[in-house]
Amino acid sequence: MKIYTDTGKKDTRSGFGAGLTELGKTNENVVALCADLTGSLKMDAFKENHPQRFFQVGIAEANMMGMAAGLTIGGKIPFTGTFANFSTGRVYDQIRQSIAYSGKNVKICASHAGVTLGEDGATHQILEDIGLMKMLPSMTVINTCDYNQTKAATIALADHNGPVYLRFGRPKVANFTPENGTFTIGKAIELQEGTDVTIIATGHLVWEALEACKTLQEQGISAGVINIHTIKPLDAAAILKSVAITGCVVTAEEHNYLGGLGESVSRILAENNPVPQEFVATKDTFGESGTPDQLMDKYGLNAAAIVKAATKVVARK
Amino acid sequence: MADITQLEAFVTQVRRDIVRQVHKVNSGHPGGSLGCAEFLVALYQQVLKRKEGFNMDGDQEDIFFLSNGHISPVFYSVLARSGYFPVEELNTFRLLNSRLQGHPTTHEGLPGIRIASGSLGQGISVAIGAAAAKKLNNDKHLVYALCGDGELQEGQNWEAIMYGAGNKVDNLIVAVDLNGQQIDGSTDTVLPLGNVKGKFEAFGWEVVTIEKGNDIQAILEGMETAKTKTGQGKPICVLLQTVMGNGVDFMMHTHAWHGKAPNDEQLASALAQNPETLGDY
Repeated sequence: MKIYTDTGKKDTRSGFGAGLTELGKTNENVVALCADLTGSLKMDAFKENHPQRFFQVGIAEANMMGMAAGLTIGGKIPFTGTFANFSTGRVYDQIRQSIAYSGKNVKICASHAGVTLGEDGATHQILEDIGLMKMLPSMTVINTCDYNQTKAATIALADHNGPVYLRFGRPKVANFTPENGTFTIGKAIELQEGTDVTIIATGHLVWEALEACKTLQEQGISAGVINIHTIKPLDAAAILKSVAITGCVVTAEEHNYLGGLGESVSRILAENNPVPQEFVATKDTFGESGTPDQLMDKYGLNAAAIVKAATKVVARK
Repeated sequence: MADITQLEAFVTQVRRDIVRQVHKVNSGHPGGSLGCAEFLVALYQQVLKRKEGFNMDGDQEDIFFLSNGHISPVFYSVLARSGYFPVEELNTFRLLNSRLQGHPTTHEGLPGIRIASGSLGQGISVAIGAAAAKKLNNDKHLVYALCGDGELQEGQNWEAIMYGAGNKVDNLIVAVDLNGQQIDGSTDTVLPLGNVKGKFEAFGWEVVTIEKGNDIQAILEGMETAKTKTGQGKPICVLLQTVMGNGVDFMMHTHAWHGKAPNDEQLASALAQNPETLGDY
Protein backbone atom coordinates (compact mmCIF):
# COMPACT_ATOMS: atom_id res chain seq x y z
CA MET A 1 0.00 0.00 0.00
CA LYS A 2 1.34 3.41 -0.89
CA ILE A 3 1.92 5.88 1.92
CA TYR A 4 0.52 9.39 1.57
CA THR A 5 1.63 12.10 3.96
CA ASP A 6 -0.33 15.15 5.00
CA THR A 7 2.21 17.95 4.66
CA GLY A 8 0.07 20.28 6.73
CA LYS A 9 -3.60 21.12 6.59
CA LYS A 10 -4.60 23.80 4.10
CA ASP A 11 -7.85 24.97 2.55
CA THR A 12 -8.53 24.15 -1.09
CA ARG A 13 -9.76 27.72 -1.70
CA SER A 14 -6.25 28.94 -0.91
CA GLY A 15 -5.02 26.57 -3.60
CA PHE A 16 -7.36 28.33 -6.01
CA GLY A 17 -6.06 31.72 -4.88
CA ALA A 18 -2.46 30.62 -5.35
CA GLY A 19 -3.19 29.22 -8.79
CA LEU A 20 -4.98 32.39 -9.85
CA THR A 21 -2.11 34.52 -8.55
CA GLU A 22 0.32 32.54 -10.66
CA LEU A 23 -1.91 32.72 -13.74
CA GLY A 24 -2.09 36.47 -13.30
CA LYS A 25 1.65 36.66 -13.78
CA THR A 26 1.95 34.17 -16.62
CA ASN A 27 -1.17 34.76 -18.74
CA GLU A 28 -2.22 38.32 -19.47
CA ASN A 29 -5.56 37.19 -20.88
CA VAL A 30 -6.70 35.85 -17.53
CA VAL A 31 -9.22 38.14 -15.83
CA ALA A 32 -11.09 37.59 -12.58
CA LEU A 33 -14.56 38.56 -11.42
CA CYS A 34 -15.81 38.37 -7.86
CA ALA A 35 -19.20 38.96 -6.25
CA ASP A 36 -18.17 40.58 -2.97
CA LEU A 37 -16.24 37.58 -1.62
CA THR A 38 -12.67 38.46 -2.57
CA GLY A 39 -11.22 37.45 0.79
CA SER A 40 -13.23 34.25 1.08
CA LEU A 41 -12.14 33.18 -2.42
CA LYS A 42 -8.52 34.19 -1.77
CA MET A 43 -8.51 36.48 -4.81
CA ASP A 44 -6.83 39.40 -2.99
CA ALA A 45 -3.38 38.89 -4.49
CA PHE A 46 -4.73 38.80 -8.05
CA LYS A 47 -6.74 41.93 -7.34
CA GLU A 48 -3.71 43.73 -5.94
CA ASN A 49 -1.36 42.64 -8.72
CA HIS A 50 -3.76 43.30 -11.60
CA PRO A 51 -6.40 45.87 -10.65
CA GLN A 52 -7.32 46.43 -14.31
CA ARG A 53 -8.02 42.73 -14.81
CA PHE A 54 -10.06 42.31 -11.64
CA PHE A 55 -13.79 43.06 -11.70
CA GLN A 56 -15.60 43.57 -8.42
CA VAL A 57 -19.23 43.09 -9.45
CA GLY A 58 -20.90 43.38 -6.06
CA ILE A 59 -23.65 41.07 -4.86
CA ALA A 60 -24.91 40.53 -8.39
CA GLU A 61 -23.98 37.06 -9.56
CA ALA A 62 -26.27 36.98 -12.61
CA ASN A 63 -24.56 40.06 -14.01
CA MET A 64 -21.19 38.52 -13.18
CA MET A 65 -21.89 35.43 -15.30
CA GLY A 66 -23.12 37.54 -18.22
CA MET A 67 -20.10 39.83 -17.98
CA ALA A 68 -17.79 36.83 -17.91
CA ALA A 69 -19.38 35.56 -21.12
CA GLY A 70 -18.93 38.99 -22.70
CA LEU A 71 -15.28 39.23 -21.65
CA THR A 72 -14.47 36.10 -23.65
CA ILE A 73 -15.50 38.08 -26.73
CA GLY A 74 -12.22 39.90 -27.05
CA GLY A 75 -10.11 36.94 -26.03
CA LYS A 76 -10.15 37.16 -22.26
CA ILE A 77 -10.20 34.06 -20.02
CA PRO A 78 -12.54 34.97 -17.15
CA PHE A 79 -12.44 33.22 -13.78
CA THR A 80 -15.54 33.97 -11.68
CA GLY A 81 -15.38 33.59 -7.93
CA THR A 82 -18.15 33.19 -5.38
CA PHE A 83 -19.60 30.46 -3.16
CA ALA A 84 -20.74 27.26 -4.89
CA ASN A 85 -24.36 28.01 -4.10
CA PHE A 86 -24.23 31.39 -5.81
CA SER A 87 -22.05 30.03 -8.63
CA THR A 88 -24.65 27.53 -9.77
CA GLY A 89 -28.24 27.45 -8.55
CA ARG A 90 -28.60 31.19 -8.33
CA VAL A 91 -27.34 31.74 -11.87
CA TYR A 92 -28.26 28.54 -13.65
CA ASP A 93 -30.00 30.15 -16.59
CA GLN A 94 -27.23 32.69 -17.11
CA ILE A 95 -24.67 29.87 -17.20
CA ARG A 96 -26.89 27.77 -19.41
CA GLN A 97 -27.59 30.36 -22.11
CA SER A 98 -24.77 32.91 -22.01
CA ILE A 99 -21.92 30.50 -21.17
CA ALA A 100 -22.62 26.83 -21.92
CA TYR A 101 -24.95 27.09 -24.94
CA SER A 102 -22.95 30.03 -26.24
CA GLY A 103 -19.74 28.00 -25.87
CA LYS A 104 -17.89 30.66 -23.89
CA ASN A 105 -14.52 30.05 -22.29
CA VAL A 106 -15.55 30.91 -18.73
CA LYS A 107 -14.11 29.26 -15.62
CA ILE A 108 -16.71 29.16 -12.85
CA CYS A 109 -14.74 28.81 -9.63
CA ALA A 110 -16.82 27.88 -6.63
CA SER A 111 -15.75 27.79 -3.01
CA HIS A 112 -17.55 26.71 0.17
CA ALA A 113 -19.18 23.74 -1.53
CA GLY A 114 -20.94 21.12 0.56
CA VAL A 115 -21.58 20.80 4.28
CA THR A 116 -17.98 21.66 5.24
CA LEU A 117 -18.94 25.32 4.81
CA GLY A 118 -20.08 24.69 8.37
CA GLU A 119 -21.85 27.04 10.71
CA ASP A 120 -23.58 29.21 8.10
CA GLY A 121 -25.96 26.33 7.55
CA ALA A 122 -28.06 24.92 4.74
CA THR A 123 -28.79 28.21 2.95
CA HIS A 124 -25.14 28.27 1.90
CA GLN A 125 -24.27 24.56 1.83
CA ILE A 126 -25.09 23.49 -1.69
CA LEU A 127 -25.15 19.72 -2.20
CA GLU A 128 -26.70 19.81 -5.67
CA ASP A 129 -24.14 21.80 -7.66
CA ILE A 130 -22.31 18.88 -9.28
CA GLY A 131 -25.60 17.61 -10.65
CA LEU A 132 -26.65 21.02 -11.90
CA MET A 133 -23.37 21.58 -13.69
CA LYS A 134 -22.78 18.11 -15.10
CA MET A 135 -26.17 18.17 -16.79
CA LEU A 136 -25.18 21.16 -18.90
CA PRO A 137 -23.92 20.10 -22.33
CA SER A 138 -20.27 21.16 -22.90
CA MET A 139 -19.61 21.89 -19.21
CA THR A 140 -16.53 20.30 -17.64
CA VAL A 141 -16.93 19.58 -13.91
CA ILE A 142 -13.95 19.35 -11.55
CA ASN A 143 -13.90 18.81 -7.77
CA THR A 144 -10.39 18.94 -6.34
CA CYS A 145 -9.23 17.19 -3.17
CA ASP A 146 -6.53 19.35 -1.58
CA TYR A 147 -4.58 22.58 -1.77
CA ASN A 148 -1.93 21.36 -4.20
CA GLN A 149 -4.41 19.80 -6.57
CA THR A 150 -6.67 22.84 -6.55
CA LYS A 151 -3.73 25.08 -7.40
CA ALA A 152 -2.65 22.79 -10.22
CA ALA A 153 -6.21 22.52 -11.56
CA THR A 154 -6.69 26.29 -11.53
CA ILE A 155 -3.53 26.75 -13.57
CA ALA A 156 -4.55 24.00 -15.99
CA LEU A 157 -7.93 25.62 -16.66
CA ALA A 158 -6.37 28.53 -18.50
CA ASP A 159 -5.07 26.17 -21.19
CA HIS A 160 -8.41 24.41 -21.61
CA ASN A 161 -10.80 26.02 -24.10
CA GLY A 162 -14.40 25.76 -22.90
CA PRO A 163 -16.62 26.31 -19.89
CA VAL A 164 -15.51 24.66 -16.66
CA TYR A 165 -17.01 24.37 -13.18
CA LEU A 166 -14.26 24.11 -10.55
CA ARG A 167 -15.53 23.14 -7.10
CA PHE A 168 -13.55 23.49 -3.89
CA GLY A 169 -14.14 24.24 -0.23
CA ARG A 170 -13.66 26.25 2.90
CA PRO A 171 -12.03 24.10 5.62
CA LYS A 172 -8.39 23.26 6.11
CA VAL A 173 -7.88 19.65 5.07
CA ALA A 174 -4.96 17.29 4.55
CA ASN A 175 -2.60 18.39 1.78
CA PHE A 176 -1.06 15.26 0.30
CA THR A 177 -0.87 15.44 -3.48
CA PRO A 178 2.46 16.49 -5.07
CA GLU A 179 3.46 20.13 -4.83
CA ASN A 180 3.46 21.85 -8.22
CA GLY A 181 2.13 18.70 -9.84
CA THR A 182 0.58 18.70 -13.29
CA PHE A 183 -3.18 18.44 -13.61
CA THR A 184 -4.77 16.62 -16.52
CA ILE A 185 -8.48 17.32 -16.94
CA GLY A 186 -10.44 14.10 -17.27
CA LYS A 187 -7.63 11.79 -16.17
CA ALA A 188 -8.36 9.92 -12.95
CA ILE A 189 -5.54 9.22 -10.50
CA GLU A 190 -5.22 5.75 -9.02
CA LEU A 191 -3.94 6.35 -5.50
CA GLN A 192 -4.10 2.75 -4.26
CA GLU A 193 -4.34 -0.51 -6.10
CA GLY A 194 -6.77 -3.00 -4.57
CA THR A 195 -8.32 -6.38 -5.28
CA ASP A 196 -11.50 -6.49 -3.18
CA VAL A 197 -13.24 -3.14 -3.65
CA THR A 198 -12.77 0.07 -5.66
CA ILE A 199 -13.31 3.32 -3.77
CA ILE A 200 -13.97 6.17 -6.17
CA ALA A 201 -13.78 9.48 -4.34
CA THR A 202 -13.83 13.17 -5.18
CA GLY A 203 -13.04 16.40 -3.30
CA HIS A 204 -12.65 16.27 0.47
CA LEU A 205 -13.60 12.58 0.48
CA VAL A 206 -10.38 11.51 -1.28
CA TRP A 207 -8.26 11.82 1.89
CA GLU A 208 -11.02 10.06 3.83
CA ALA A 209 -10.89 7.24 1.27
CA LEU A 210 -7.14 6.85 1.86
CA GLU A 211 -7.73 6.70 5.61
CA ALA A 212 -10.51 4.14 5.06
CA CYS A 213 -8.15 2.10 2.89
CA LYS A 214 -5.79 1.67 5.86
CA THR A 215 -8.56 0.51 8.18
CA LEU A 216 -9.91 -1.87 5.57
CA GLN A 217 -6.47 -3.43 5.13
CA GLU A 218 -6.38 -4.12 8.87
CA GLN A 219 -9.68 -5.93 8.37
CA GLY A 220 -8.24 -7.96 5.51
CA ILE A 221 -9.99 -6.05 2.73
CA SER A 222 -7.80 -4.80 -0.13
CA ALA A 223 -9.25 -1.50 -1.36
CA GLY A 224 -8.27 0.41 -4.46
CA VAL A 225 -8.68 4.19 -4.30
CA ILE A 226 -9.28 6.37 -7.34
CA ASN A 227 -9.16 10.16 -7.11
CA ILE A 228 -11.81 11.31 -9.56
CA HIS A 229 -11.10 15.03 -9.67
CA THR A 230 -12.93 15.38 -12.99
CA ILE A 231 -16.53 14.26 -12.74
CA LYS A 232 -17.25 15.27 -16.31
CA PRO A 233 -15.84 14.01 -18.57
CA LEU A 234 -15.57 10.92 -16.39
CA ASP A 235 -12.54 8.64 -16.83
CA ALA A 236 -14.52 5.47 -17.56
CA ALA A 237 -11.42 3.50 -18.54
CA ALA A 238 -9.75 3.99 -15.15
CA ILE A 239 -12.94 3.02 -13.32
CA LEU A 240 -13.58 -0.10 -15.41
CA LYS A 241 -9.95 -1.22 -15.19
CA SER A 242 -10.09 -1.29 -11.40
CA VAL A 243 -13.61 -2.70 -11.23
CA ALA A 244 -12.62 -5.58 -13.51
CA ILE A 245 -10.32 -6.68 -10.67
CA THR A 246 -12.39 -5.80 -7.59
CA GLY A 247 -15.95 -6.43 -8.77
CA CYS A 248 -17.58 -3.80 -6.53
CA VAL A 249 -17.56 -0.05 -5.94
CA VAL A 250 -17.96 2.58 -3.25
CA THR A 251 -18.37 6.14 -4.47
CA ALA A 252 -17.67 8.94 -2.03
CA GLU A 253 -18.56 12.60 -2.40
CA GLU A 254 -19.68 15.61 -0.38
CA HIS A 255 -22.85 15.95 -2.44
CA ASN A 256 -26.35 14.59 -2.77
CA TYR A 257 -26.40 11.03 -4.06
CA LEU A 258 -29.00 12.21 -6.56
CA GLY A 259 -27.10 13.80 -9.41
CA GLY A 260 -23.60 13.43 -8.07
CA LEU A 261 -20.45 11.46 -8.88
CA GLY A 262 -22.06 8.22 -7.72
CA GLU A 263 -24.79 8.32 -10.33
CA SER A 264 -22.28 9.07 -13.07
CA VAL A 265 -20.29 6.01 -12.00
CA SER A 266 -23.48 3.94 -11.90
CA ARG A 267 -24.14 4.78 -15.53
CA ILE A 268 -20.65 3.66 -16.56
CA LEU A 269 -21.13 0.42 -14.62
CA ALA A 270 -24.62 -0.23 -15.97
CA GLU A 271 -23.42 0.21 -19.53
CA ASN A 272 -20.25 -1.86 -19.17
CA ASN A 273 -19.90 -4.00 -16.08
CA PRO A 274 -22.84 -4.01 -13.65
CA VAL A 275 -21.45 -4.66 -10.17
CA PRO A 276 -22.67 -3.77 -6.66
CA GLN A 277 -22.18 -0.14 -5.65
CA GLU A 278 -22.64 1.74 -2.37
CA PHE A 279 -22.98 5.50 -2.11
CA VAL A 280 -21.20 7.62 0.47
CA ALA A 281 -23.05 10.89 -0.07
CA THR A 282 -25.85 12.91 1.45
CA LYS A 283 -29.17 11.20 0.97
CA ASP A 284 -31.53 13.77 -0.55
CA THR A 285 -31.31 16.17 2.36
CA PHE A 286 -30.29 19.72 3.18
CA GLY A 287 -27.39 20.36 5.54
CA GLU A 288 -27.43 22.35 8.79
CA SER A 289 -25.22 24.42 11.10
CA GLY A 290 -22.29 22.75 12.85
CA THR A 291 -18.54 22.37 12.56
CA PRO A 292 -17.28 20.70 9.39
CA ASP A 293 -16.16 17.59 11.29
CA GLN A 294 -19.49 17.29 13.11
CA LEU A 295 -21.39 17.62 9.84
CA MET A 296 -19.22 15.15 7.93
CA ASP A 297 -19.79 12.69 10.75
CA LYS A 298 -23.53 13.27 11.05
CA TYR A 299 -24.11 13.01 7.30
CA GLY A 300 -21.89 9.96 6.89
CA LEU A 301 -19.15 11.59 4.83
CA ASN A 302 -15.91 10.38 6.40
CA ALA A 303 -13.48 7.45 6.55
CA ALA A 304 -15.70 5.53 8.97
CA ALA A 305 -18.66 5.78 6.59
CA ILE A 306 -16.49 4.61 3.68
CA VAL A 307 -15.26 1.61 5.68
CA LYS A 308 -18.85 0.69 6.50
CA ALA A 309 -19.95 1.03 2.86
CA ALA A 310 -16.95 -0.98 1.63
CA THR A 311 -17.62 -3.82 4.04
CA LYS A 312 -21.24 -3.87 2.96
CA VAL A 313 -20.54 -3.82 -0.77
CA VAL A 314 -17.91 -6.57 -0.55
CA ALA A 315 -20.50 -8.77 1.15
CA ARG A 316 -22.94 -8.10 -1.71
CA LYS A 317 -20.63 -9.53 -4.38
CA MET B 1 -24.46 61.44 -45.57
CA ALA B 2 -26.77 58.48 -45.63
CA ASP B 3 -29.18 57.97 -48.45
CA ILE B 4 -32.43 57.80 -46.53
CA THR B 5 -34.46 56.58 -49.50
CA GLN B 6 -32.09 53.69 -49.99
CA LEU B 7 -32.24 52.73 -46.32
CA GLU B 8 -36.04 52.91 -46.38
CA ALA B 9 -36.08 50.57 -49.35
CA PHE B 10 -33.82 48.24 -47.39
CA VAL B 11 -36.32 48.33 -44.51
CA THR B 12 -39.21 47.47 -46.82
CA GLN B 13 -37.37 44.37 -47.98
CA VAL B 14 -36.54 43.42 -44.39
CA ARG B 15 -40.26 43.63 -43.56
CA ARG B 16 -40.99 41.20 -46.38
CA ASP B 17 -38.28 38.88 -45.06
CA ILE B 18 -39.77 39.01 -41.57
CA VAL B 19 -43.33 38.11 -42.49
CA ARG B 20 -42.23 35.50 -45.04
CA GLN B 21 -39.94 33.74 -42.56
CA VAL B 22 -42.60 33.62 -39.88
CA HIS B 23 -45.39 32.63 -42.27
CA LYS B 24 -43.45 29.72 -43.73
CA VAL B 25 -43.00 27.90 -40.42
CA ASN B 26 -46.16 29.27 -38.83
CA SER B 27 -44.18 30.44 -35.82
CA GLY B 28 -41.91 33.23 -34.68
CA HIS B 29 -42.20 36.83 -33.56
CA PRO B 30 -43.18 39.36 -36.23
CA GLY B 31 -44.43 42.24 -34.04
CA GLY B 32 -41.22 43.25 -32.30
CA SER B 33 -39.23 42.38 -35.41
CA LEU B 34 -41.15 44.86 -37.54
CA GLY B 35 -40.91 47.49 -34.81
CA CYS B 36 -37.11 47.30 -34.82
CA ALA B 37 -36.55 46.98 -38.57
CA GLU B 38 -35.58 50.63 -39.08
CA PHE B 39 -33.25 50.57 -36.08
CA LEU B 40 -31.36 47.45 -37.09
CA VAL B 41 -31.08 48.55 -40.70
CA ALA B 42 -29.73 51.94 -39.62
CA LEU B 43 -27.37 50.23 -37.19
CA TYR B 44 -25.87 47.71 -39.62
CA GLN B 45 -25.96 49.89 -42.72
CA GLN B 46 -24.82 53.15 -41.21
CA VAL B 47 -24.01 53.32 -37.52
CA LEU B 48 -21.74 50.35 -36.77
CA LYS B 49 -18.12 50.55 -37.82
CA ARG B 50 -17.86 46.99 -39.03
CA LYS B 51 -15.08 44.97 -40.56
CA GLU B 52 -15.47 42.73 -43.56
CA GLY B 53 -16.46 39.17 -42.63
CA PHE B 54 -17.11 37.84 -39.17
CA ASN B 55 -14.71 37.38 -36.32
CA MET B 56 -16.07 36.32 -32.93
CA ASP B 57 -13.75 38.59 -30.95
CA GLY B 58 -14.82 41.67 -32.93
CA ASP B 59 -11.38 43.18 -32.51
CA GLN B 60 -11.09 46.77 -33.80
CA GLU B 61 -14.75 47.01 -34.85
CA ASP B 62 -18.05 47.98 -33.24
CA ILE B 63 -20.05 45.00 -32.06
CA PHE B 64 -23.74 44.49 -31.33
CA PHE B 65 -25.67 42.18 -29.02
CA LEU B 66 -29.37 41.41 -29.38
CA SER B 67 -30.75 40.76 -25.92
CA ASN B 68 -34.40 40.28 -26.92
CA GLY B 69 -33.56 37.27 -29.06
CA HIS B 70 -37.15 36.55 -30.05
CA ILE B 71 -36.95 39.25 -32.70
CA SER B 72 -34.63 36.91 -34.60
CA PRO B 73 -36.52 37.34 -37.93
CA VAL B 74 -35.40 40.96 -38.26
CA PHE B 75 -31.91 40.18 -36.96
CA TYR B 76 -31.44 37.34 -39.46
CA SER B 77 -32.75 39.41 -42.34
CA VAL B 78 -30.49 42.37 -41.57
CA LEU B 79 -27.45 40.15 -40.96
CA ALA B 80 -27.99 38.25 -44.21
CA ARG B 81 -28.55 41.39 -46.24
CA SER B 82 -25.49 42.98 -44.61
CA GLY B 83 -23.35 40.14 -45.94
CA TYR B 84 -22.87 37.83 -42.96
CA PHE B 85 -24.46 34.77 -44.59
CA PRO B 86 -26.38 33.96 -47.79
CA VAL B 87 -29.81 35.57 -48.00
CA GLU B 88 -31.23 32.24 -49.28
CA GLU B 89 -30.55 30.79 -45.84
CA LEU B 90 -33.53 32.79 -44.54
CA ASN B 91 -35.52 29.93 -46.10
CA THR B 92 -34.33 27.69 -43.26
CA PHE B 93 -35.64 29.83 -40.39
CA ARG B 94 -36.72 27.57 -37.52
CA LEU B 95 -36.33 24.40 -39.59
CA LEU B 96 -34.60 21.25 -38.41
CA ASN B 97 -30.79 21.36 -38.85
CA SER B 98 -30.83 25.09 -39.56
CA ARG B 99 -28.32 27.65 -38.36
CA LEU B 100 -31.28 30.03 -38.01
CA GLN B 101 -32.68 28.71 -34.75
CA GLY B 102 -35.87 30.08 -33.25
CA HIS B 103 -33.72 32.31 -31.09
CA PRO B 104 -30.22 33.41 -32.14
CA THR B 105 -27.32 31.23 -31.08
CA THR B 106 -23.61 30.83 -31.62
CA HIS B 107 -24.10 27.08 -31.26
CA GLU B 108 -24.65 26.41 -34.95
CA GLY B 109 -21.93 28.83 -36.02
CA LEU B 110 -24.09 31.43 -37.74
CA PRO B 111 -21.85 34.39 -38.66
CA GLY B 112 -22.89 37.63 -37.02
CA ILE B 113 -24.07 36.07 -33.75
CA ARG B 114 -21.81 36.44 -30.73
CA ILE B 115 -24.08 35.21 -27.93
CA ALA B 116 -27.20 33.12 -27.56
CA SER B 117 -30.22 35.11 -26.48
CA GLY B 118 -33.89 34.39 -25.94
CA SER B 119 -34.02 33.84 -22.22
CA LEU B 120 -34.44 37.50 -21.44
CA GLY B 121 -32.43 39.95 -19.39
CA GLN B 122 -28.90 38.76 -20.13
CA GLY B 123 -27.73 40.97 -23.00
CA ILE B 124 -26.69 44.10 -21.12
CA SER B 125 -24.42 42.05 -18.84
CA VAL B 126 -22.78 40.39 -21.84
CA ALA B 127 -22.36 43.75 -23.57
CA ILE B 128 -20.72 45.19 -20.46
CA GLY B 129 -18.27 42.28 -20.41
CA ALA B 130 -17.44 42.80 -24.07
CA ALA B 131 -17.04 46.55 -23.46
CA ALA B 132 -14.62 45.78 -20.61
CA ALA B 133 -12.63 43.49 -22.91
CA LYS B 134 -12.41 46.30 -25.49
CA LYS B 135 -10.98 48.63 -22.87
CA LEU B 136 -8.42 46.03 -21.77
CA ASN B 137 -7.46 45.54 -25.42
CA ASN B 138 -7.19 49.29 -25.95
CA ASP B 139 -9.81 48.95 -28.70
CA LYS B 140 -11.61 52.29 -29.04
CA HIS B 141 -14.63 50.86 -30.86
CA LEU B 142 -18.05 50.73 -29.27
CA VAL B 143 -20.36 48.01 -28.02
CA TYR B 144 -24.08 48.26 -28.79
CA ALA B 145 -26.99 46.27 -27.43
CA LEU B 146 -30.74 46.20 -27.94
CA CYS B 147 -33.26 44.97 -25.41
CA GLY B 148 -37.02 45.04 -25.17
CA ASP B 149 -38.96 47.20 -22.75
CA GLY B 150 -40.88 44.30 -21.20
CA GLU B 151 -37.49 42.64 -20.84
CA LEU B 152 -36.53 45.30 -18.28
CA GLN B 153 -38.77 43.44 -15.85
CA GLU B 154 -35.94 40.90 -15.50
CA GLY B 155 -33.86 41.80 -12.44
CA GLN B 156 -30.49 41.00 -14.00
CA ASN B 157 -30.82 44.14 -16.14
CA TRP B 158 -30.74 46.32 -13.06
CA GLU B 159 -27.66 44.56 -11.72
CA ALA B 160 -26.01 45.33 -15.05
CA ILE B 161 -27.33 48.90 -15.20
CA MET B 162 -25.97 49.55 -11.70
CA TYR B 163 -22.61 48.05 -12.65
CA GLY B 164 -22.37 50.00 -15.91
CA ALA B 165 -22.77 53.35 -14.23
CA GLY B 166 -20.72 52.51 -11.16
CA ASN B 167 -17.80 51.38 -13.26
CA LYS B 168 -17.99 54.06 -15.94
CA VAL B 169 -18.61 51.70 -18.85
CA ASP B 170 -18.69 54.59 -21.31
CA ASN B 171 -18.01 52.63 -24.52
CA LEU B 172 -21.47 51.10 -24.42
CA ILE B 173 -24.76 52.16 -26.03
CA VAL B 174 -27.84 50.19 -24.98
CA ALA B 175 -31.03 50.78 -26.92
CA VAL B 176 -34.37 49.92 -25.33
CA ASP B 177 -37.23 49.14 -27.70
CA LEU B 178 -40.01 51.10 -26.04
CA ASN B 179 -43.07 49.73 -27.79
CA GLY B 180 -45.13 49.41 -24.63
CA GLN B 181 -46.24 45.86 -25.44
CA GLN B 182 -45.48 42.38 -24.18
CA ILE B 183 -47.03 38.94 -24.56
CA ASP B 184 -49.91 39.32 -22.13
CA GLY B 185 -50.77 42.91 -23.03
CA SER B 186 -49.39 46.41 -22.63
CA THR B 187 -46.42 46.84 -20.31
CA ASP B 188 -48.64 49.12 -18.25
CA THR B 189 -51.13 46.36 -17.59
CA VAL B 190 -48.66 43.50 -17.13
CA LEU B 191 -46.08 45.18 -14.90
CA PRO B 192 -45.73 48.95 -15.28
CA LEU B 193 -42.19 50.05 -16.08
CA GLY B 194 -42.81 53.52 -14.71
CA ASN B 195 -40.45 56.26 -15.79
CA VAL B 196 -37.81 54.34 -17.74
CA LYS B 197 -35.81 57.48 -18.55
CA GLY B 198 -35.87 58.53 -14.92
CA LYS B 199 -34.80 55.08 -13.81
CA PHE B 200 -31.77 54.96 -16.12
CA GLU B 201 -30.81 58.50 -15.14
CA ALA B 202 -31.17 57.70 -11.47
CA PHE B 203 -28.80 54.77 -11.95
CA GLY B 204 -26.31 57.16 -13.53
CA TRP B 205 -26.73 56.60 -17.26
CA GLU B 206 -26.85 59.22 -19.99
CA VAL B 207 -30.20 58.91 -21.78
CA VAL B 208 -30.97 59.84 -25.38
CA THR B 209 -34.59 59.57 -26.51
CA ILE B 210 -35.54 58.85 -30.10
CA GLU B 211 -39.22 59.70 -30.24
CA LYS B 212 -39.63 58.61 -33.84
CA GLY B 213 -38.09 55.17 -33.47
CA ASN B 214 -39.42 54.03 -36.84
CA ASP B 215 -37.99 56.99 -38.74
CA ILE B 216 -34.58 56.34 -40.27
CA GLN B 217 -33.52 59.98 -40.18
CA ALA B 218 -34.51 60.32 -36.52
CA ILE B 219 -32.70 57.10 -35.63
CA LEU B 220 -29.50 58.21 -37.37
CA GLU B 221 -29.59 61.58 -35.65
CA GLY B 222 -30.32 60.02 -32.26
CA MET B 223 -27.54 57.48 -32.59
CA GLU B 224 -25.12 60.19 -33.67
CA THR B 225 -26.03 62.10 -30.52
CA ALA B 226 -25.55 58.92 -28.47
CA LYS B 227 -22.10 58.39 -29.97
CA THR B 228 -21.00 61.91 -29.05
CA LYS B 229 -21.82 61.12 -25.42
CA THR B 230 -19.54 58.06 -25.23
CA GLY B 231 -16.14 58.28 -23.57
CA GLN B 232 -17.38 60.66 -20.88
CA GLY B 233 -17.64 58.35 -17.89
CA LYS B 234 -21.22 57.18 -18.38
CA PRO B 235 -22.91 54.38 -20.30
CA ILE B 236 -25.52 55.55 -22.80
CA CYS B 237 -29.14 54.44 -22.96
CA VAL B 238 -31.15 55.13 -26.12
CA LEU B 239 -34.86 55.06 -25.57
CA LEU B 240 -36.28 54.05 -28.92
CA GLN B 241 -39.99 54.71 -29.12
CA THR B 242 -41.33 52.28 -31.71
CA VAL B 243 -44.61 50.88 -32.88
CA MET B 244 -44.85 47.12 -32.62
CA GLY B 245 -45.72 45.62 -36.00
CA ASN B 246 -44.72 48.80 -37.82
CA GLY B 247 -45.24 48.75 -41.60
CA VAL B 248 -47.97 46.11 -41.65
CA ASP B 249 -51.20 47.89 -40.79
CA PHE B 250 -53.09 45.06 -39.11
CA MET B 251 -50.10 44.21 -36.90
CA MET B 252 -49.59 47.74 -35.59
CA HIS B 253 -50.43 49.14 -32.14
CA THR B 254 -51.24 45.78 -30.57
CA HIS B 255 -49.50 43.00 -28.67
CA ALA B 256 -51.53 40.43 -30.62
CA TRP B 257 -48.71 39.85 -33.15
CA HIS B 258 -45.93 39.46 -30.60
CA GLY B 259 -45.54 35.77 -31.32
CA LYS B 260 -48.09 34.89 -33.97
CA ALA B 261 -47.62 34.09 -37.64
CA PRO B 262 -49.82 35.50 -40.43
CA ASN B 263 -51.97 33.15 -42.50
CA ASP B 264 -51.82 33.10 -46.32
CA GLU B 265 -54.27 35.96 -46.73
CA GLN B 266 -52.61 38.08 -44.09
CA LEU B 267 -49.20 37.41 -45.65
CA ALA B 268 -50.49 38.59 -49.03
CA SER B 269 -51.78 41.77 -47.45
CA ALA B 270 -48.51 42.39 -45.58
CA LEU B 271 -46.47 41.86 -48.76
CA ALA B 272 -48.78 44.10 -50.79
CA GLN B 273 -48.09 46.88 -48.31
CA ASN B 274 -44.33 46.34 -48.74
CA PRO B 275 -43.39 45.85 -52.38
CA GLU B 276 -40.17 44.02 -53.18
CA THR B 277 -37.13 46.33 -53.29
CA LEU B 278 -33.89 44.34 -53.04
CA GLY B 279 -35.26 41.02 -54.25
CA ASP B 280 -36.88 38.29 -52.19
CA TYR B 281 -34.72 35.38 -51.03
